[in-house]
Amino acid sequence: MAVIDTRTTGYRPPATEGLSAWVARRGAAFWVVSVLLLVMPVLASPFWLVQILAYALILGMVALSLMFLAGYGGIVSLVQMTVAGFAAYLVAILGDSAITQISLKWPWWMAAPVAILVATLFGTLSGALSVRTEGIYTIMITLAIGSAFYYLTLQNYTIFNGFSGFNGVMPPVFLGVEWGDTIPFYYLTLVLAALAYAVVLYVSRAPFGLALQGTRDNPRRMAALGFDVMAHRVAAYTFASAIAATAGVLLVWYQRQVSPGTAGVGPVVDILIIAVVGGLTRPIGPFVGALVYVVLRTFSLDMLEGLGLDGRRYQLVIGLGFLIIVLFSPDGLVGIWQRLRERYRRSQDGRVTQMRIGGGEP
Amino acid sequence: MSDFIARRPVWSLVIIIAIGILAWLVFSVWTPGMEAMMGRKRVFLSALFNGITLGALYFLVASGFTLIFGLMRNVNLAHGSLYLFGGYVGYSIGTLTGSWLVALVAAFVIVAIVGVLMQVLLFRWMEGQDLRQTLVTIGLSIVFADLLLWNYGGDTFQVTTPDWLSGPVQLPFVVALRGNGDAVMMTYPFVRIAILIGAIVLGVAMWLALNRTRVGMLVRAGVDDRDMLSATGVRVQLVFVMVFAFGAGLAGLAGVVGGTFQSLQPGEDTKILLSSLVVVIVGGMGSIPGAAVGALIVGLAEQFGSVYMPTYAVMLTFVIMVAVLAVRPQGLAAARR
Repeated sequence: MAVIDTRTTGYRPPATEGLSAWVARRGAAFWVVSVLLLVMPVLASPFWLVQILAYALILGMVALSLMFLAGYGGIVSLVQMTVAGFAAYLVAILGDSAITQISLKWPWWMAAPVAILVATLFGTLSGALSVRTEGIYTIMITLAIGSAFYYLTLQNYTIFNGFSGFNGVMPPVFLGVEWGDTIPFYYLTLVLAALAYAVVLYVSRAPFGLALQGTRDNPRRMAALGFDVMAHRVAAYTFASAIAATAGVLLVWYQRQVSPGTAGVGPVVDILIIAVVGGLTRPIGPFVGALVYVVLRTFSLDMLEGLGLDGRRYQLVIGLGFLIIVLFSPDGLVGIWQRLRERYRRSQDGRVTQMRIGGGEP
Repeated sequence: MSDFIARRPVWSLVIIIAIGILAWLVFSVWTPGMEAMMGRKRVFLSALFNGITLGALYFLVASGFTLIFGLMRNVNLAHGSLYLFGGYVGYSIGTLTGSWLVALVAAFVIVAIVGVLMQVLLFRWMEGQDLRQTLVTIGLSIVFADLLLWNYGGDTFQVTTPDWLSGPVQLPFVVALRGNGDAVMMTYPFVRIAILIGAIVLGVAMWLALNRTRVGMLVRAGVDDRDMLSATGVRVQLVFVMVFAFGAGLAGLAGVVGGTFQSLQPGEDTKILLSSLVVVIVGGMGSIPGAAVGALIVGLAEQFGSVYMPTYAVMLTFVIMVAVLAVRPQGLAAARR
């Protein structure tokens, strides 16, 4: 603790950092993307807005929770999609759905927070169970937990309504806005995703995040310094699960139904694919990966048939793409982008060294 | 064995009593009171035997998985795909040649070759990078699953049981008494008994090979300390390739076995993969006896669960896994380090 405190107090950024300095520190790419996302409803059709962008943002949030665990904690957990699926189920069970004999018809402002809370608790418990084992074992245990949840929802009819699950789950209406409509729903997911992104960035620089990165790099040294490694890991699970659970609530409002397939083994692995393809080193990676994944998934049929191939083989395309990324760029698309930028910068360096004013890393 | 009894007298007593009760339940003639409490004895016995034979299948798959994991630290999540691939290959060759044994051997050899290719072309180049290897196996499993779906479609296949294995066999267990006092004996499919015996023989052979031969010694040394083994001049890559080939071949062989008494269809790969994950977690990762114990427990839990509490059968397996993780995170039979 002491080490971090002295460091953070020792480095005191100018307290009166002006707005322009703050704007400049983000970098150009950040502002271009932000403005583009904000004005997207003017540019894009409703199909793109909801089916592609909003869906990618939701999946990106789930993958972001995995990225937080894997990138900062070194924990590759496959349980995040299950947490999201559990939250989605809870919204359907506690709130309103077409399955009237099970749903409790709570108002949304009670159902959604309770769903997030309980799903976060579930994620924490799975975390507490899996941090007892080390490293690569986590993947096996979380995969087993996820599939146990899948089979439970498949076979249980009294609570989870078995194979068919719940349909007719409607997004809420409040403040006079119908949040299921295209543009409000897009902004809802955008705001929550941006919030999750900002919180992850913040936590990664907060003492807790730094300590977590310490446990990733050298758990024994952190333990010797007096940090409770296990507690940090479980807390990381809690934090990540809260993000995943929020995404799960959005997911059920987006799909308006939830069934065992929502958190089956396929989607669980897809989240890992999204996070890895995007890049596990930076919080923006999962969103990039999710966008690529959703676009590929939506258009691969047309693309493959345009190339004269069998359109049903999109799973093969996704699998091969994933393999290529894993084999040739372990830090994903973000890593490729960064390396390209580095190369570009290096070639520029020779000519305009004096023009570089501080590395404005977003 | 005696060592275990000396160290854990209470647990030994519990295990002995449990075995005694089980033996009594199997051999005795059930009274009407017992039948009222636990259902018909026929149901109980068939659940018991189905559980044991299912455990035999799980052992075949999981022992390869655990061997590969133990030696190379490679969580091969494509193991289920190798199982399904072996099953399909066995089906094709079985219908082509009409011989079940040829299909079994061919599936073993072909899937073992696939395993060699995986090790030589991919995993050899990323040694020590656990996570990357696992990610590659996930990618491979997706690609395999889609290729198999492409080639064989979504239909269900079953490998035909050869004549000399089909038909029921009578077991010396009394299921019930007829009105006139005659005992009704239990009948059971012979193919399942044969598979059980085959799995036991294979398990014992593997144990002997690991503990009594030079190659087994190398493998055990590699499990304990891979770097030191290669430092002593052993061509450790060769050992890796052999173990990967054998483990993959076992998965292919299990595919034919599973295709004979269950069925082959898309999705079976993940199901088998998850079962072997639980088996290996329960039994202890990297240990062959652990795989045997875990497979037996998981097989029995699945069968008894589906007979006595159908809604929560899967949860029973899961609860067992959680309990084992909570008490012994390293698995039931894993060595303490």
